[in-house]
Amino acid sequence: MKLSGAEIVIECLKKEGVDIVFGYPGGVVIPTYDVIQRTTDLRHILVRHEQGATHMADGYARATGKPGVVLVSSGPGATNTVTGIATAYMDSIPMIVITGQVPVHLIGNDAFQESDTVGITRPITKHNFLIKETEDIAQVFAEAFHIATTGRPGPVLIDVPKDVQIGEAEFSYPERPDIRGYKPRTEGHPKQIRKAAEMLTSARKPVIYVGGGAIISEASEEIRTLARKLNAPVTTTLMGLGAYPENDPLSLKMLGMHGTWYANTAVMMCDLLVCIGARFDDRVTGKLEEFSPHSKKIHIDIDPSSLNKNVRVDLPIVGDVKQVLQQMIPLVERADTAEWLQQIEAWKQDHPLTYANTIGLHEEGLEGVDRETVEKDTDQFPLCAQYAIERIGQLTKGEAYVVTDVGQHQMWAAQWYGFSNPRSMITSGGLGTMGFGLPAAIGAQFAFPDRDVIVFSGDGSIQMNIQEMATAVACGLPIKIVLLNNGYLGMVRQWQELFYAQRYSEVDLRDSNPDFVKLAEAYGAVGIRVFKDEDVEGAWLEACKVKDRPVMLDMVIAEEGNVYPMIPAGAASHEMIEE
Amino acid sequence: MARHTISMVVENRFGVLARISGLFSGRGFNIDSIAVGEAAEPGTARMTIVTQGDEMIIEQIIKQLNRLVDVIRVVDLTGENYINRELALIKVNASQATRQELVQIADIFKAKIVDINQKTIMLEATGNEDKIDAIISMVRPFGVREIARTGRVALARESTSKDTPSPETPQPVWERERKQITADLA
Repeated sequence: MKLSGAEIVIECLKKEGVDIVFGYPGGVVIPTYDVIQRTTDLRHILVRHEQGATHMADGYARATGKPGVVLVSSGPGATNTVTGIATAYMDSIPMIVITGQVPVHLIGNDAFQESDTVGITRPITKHNFLIKETEDIAQVFAEAFHIATTGRPGPVLIDVPKDVQIGEAEFSYPERPDIRGYKPRTEGHPKQIRKAAEMLTSARKPVIYVGGGAIISEASEEIRTLARKLNAPVTTTLMGLGAYPENDPLSLKMLGMHGTWYANTAVMMCDLLVCIGARFDDRVTGKLEEFSPHSKKIHIDIDPSSLNKNVRVDLPIVGDVKQVLQQMIPLVERADTAEWLQQIEAWKQDHPLTYANTIGLHEEGLEGVDRETVEKDTDQFPLCAQYAIERIGQLTKGEAYVVTDVGQHQMWAAQWYGFSNPRSMITSGGLGTMGFGLPAAIGAQFAFPDRDVIVFSGDGSIQMNIQEMATAVACGLPIKIVLLNNGYLGMVRQWQELFYAQRYSEVDLRDSNPDFVKLAEAYGAVGIRVFKDEDVEGAWLEACKVKDRPVMLDMVIAEEGNVYPMIPAGAASHEMIEE
Repeated sequence: MARHTISMVVENRFGVLARISGLFSGRGFNIDSIAVGEAAEPGTARMTIVTQGDEMIIEQIIKQLNRLVDVIRVVDLTGENYINRELALIKVNASQATRQELVQIADIFKAKIVDINQKTIMLEATGNEDKIDAIISMVRPFGVREIARTGRVALARESTSKDTPSPETPQPVWERERKQITADLA
C-alpha cells in the first residue's frame, strides 16, 4: 500500500520509538501536520517559538539519552531553530530536526518562506539531508537516526519539501543502514588500554577528569569503580556534573574557570591526568602552556578529532568511554595515592568553596551583626543566591533535574546544587545559550512528569525565551523556575567590574525588568517573590504544592554579587581569584 | 609550515564540496588548491586538496574530514610515494618574431600548442607544480594574457614501500634545460 510522504515521515518516527515531537506548523509542513492531527500515538507539543522547540527536544534528549525530535516549517521556521541546533551540536546531543521546504521545483527561486536550510545548518549539524523524492524518505530517516544517536551524538536535520510530503511511495523501513563514510569505533585498542592501565597503576598523584562524554555513554558506574579501585580523586567539567557523586570523599567537584580551588590545584600538581569524555575546552584549561604541566595525560574519547586538538596527550584512546573503561578496569590495580589524597584533603580544608551568607551554613563574616539587622535590612543583607541554590539542593536531596540558563546563576548552580546523578544537570555548556533553561526544562519535565524539574535562571536569560511559559502552562507542567534576579546581566557585569575597571556597559536591567511575579501570573502560572534567605525554604515548599502549572520564584539577590573562585579568561590556574 | 597533499574519496553527491570547503573555512584551515573528479568506485569522487599547517593542524584537518559522513577515505600523501600532476592552459602573446621561441620552450617542457592565431598562442602543460611554475616563468616575458590551472591531482603509487626510488627523482629534462638556458642567458 502506498503512503503519502507525510505519512511516511510519521511512520518513520514511530519505527524509531519516538513518542513526542516539539514543533510549530507553517505553510509547507501543513501536509505533515494534517497527518499529526489524526495520529494518536505520537504526542505533538505546540511551542511558541521554534527556538523553544529545539531546546525542548534538547532538554528531553539530555534527560533521557533518547533523541529529541523537532518539526518546523521552512524559512523563518527553520532559521529560528539555528541557535537550538548549534547548542545541541556543541554539547553532542542527539536530535532530529525536520524542516519543511518549498516544493522542489521552487527551490532556488527565492520563493516565499524559502531559505537554504541545509546550507545554513551545515556547520552546526552532525549531518543534514535534503530529500527530493518521496521514495527516499524512509532511507534518509533511518540514516539520520543512526547518525544522530551513534558515535559522538549530535543533531541531524532533514529538509522535506512540500511536494515530497504530498507525493506517494511504498513504505518499508530499512534495517540499521550501512553508511560507507560513517563507521564510529566504540571499542578501545587493547594495546593502548594495557598501557593506560600500567600508567594508572604506577601513578602517585593521579586525577580523573570527567566530561559530558561520560554522561552520554552512561559510564558513571565504571568511573566510580575505576576511582575507587585506584583510590584516585575525580573532578568533573560543567558537562560532566553528576557523572560522579559530589558528596563522595574522592570528589573534587568542578574544575575550570569557576571550579574549586582544590580541583584546579590538583590538576596543576598531578602526575597523571586521565581525561574521560572531555575535550580540554578553554574554560577548563585556561592558559594552555601552563595547563597541568607536570602530568602525563591519557585521553579517552569517541571522537578522534578531540584527541590532540588543544592539548598534546601521551596516550590517546579512541572509543566509547563506557566500553573502554570496562576493558580497562580489570587491568588496573590500586595505586599508591595515600599521600596525594592527604594533600588534597588539606587543600579542601584550606580552600573550601564558600560564600558570605546571612544565615545558617556559613556564619563567618557576620560576627558582631545582630540577627534583627540581618532580617530587616534586605539592602545590606540581600538574599544570597548561593545559599538559595544550596538549600534547594538539600530540600530536593540532589535528586531533581536541574536546568540552567547561562550566566552567574549557572555557575552558582554548578557549584552549589550538589550533583550526584548523571543527567541531573542540564545546561548549555559549549555554546552558552541564554534562553536555554525554560524550554529545556519543559523537555525534561515531559520526559519525567513525576520528578522535580528546577530551572535556575537570571533576569537576563529568562527573558530570552519567556514565551515558552505559555507552553508550560498549556501543558500543565509543574516546573519550578528559580529566578536569581539581580537586575543585571550579571556575568558580563562581573567581567566589566573585574577586568574593565567597573565600566558597566549595557548590562543594567534594573529599571526595565518586568514584574516577574505578575508576568508569571499573566501567563497563568504562579509567581512568588522572595527577599530573604529565611524565606527560601518556605517559598520552595509553597512552590512544591503547585502540581498543575509552573511556579516562578523571583528571588531578589544582591545586585553586584560575583562568582568565585575565578580564573580569568586565558590565565593559568595559579592566577585564580578567590573571594 | 609544510604543504600537504590530502587525497580523499567522497560520496559523489550535491553539497559535498560545500561541506568540505565549509569545514576548511569554518575552522580556519587554508586551501592552496582543490581538484575534484569522479573516482573509480561508482558514486564516488576523488578530491585532492593541497593545504598547509604544522603537524597538529594537519592531524586536525584529517580527523575533521573523517568526521564528515560523506567522506569515505582520507590519506595524507605527503611523505608517501605518490604521483602528482597539474594541468595548465597558458595564453601568451606571440608575434611572428617570438612565436618560434615559444614553440621551443613548449618543446622543452613537452607542452602542447593547443591554439594559435596572429597575436597569441595557447600552451597546454602538464606536470608537477614546479614544472608548471617553471614554464609560466619562462613565457612570462612574452606577455601572459590568461592562465587556467587545475590544481594538483595525486595518487599513491601501488608499491607501499617508501624506499622504492621514484622514477621522478632524477632531475627532469625541463629542469636541466631551464638551467642551461638560464646559464646561457647569464
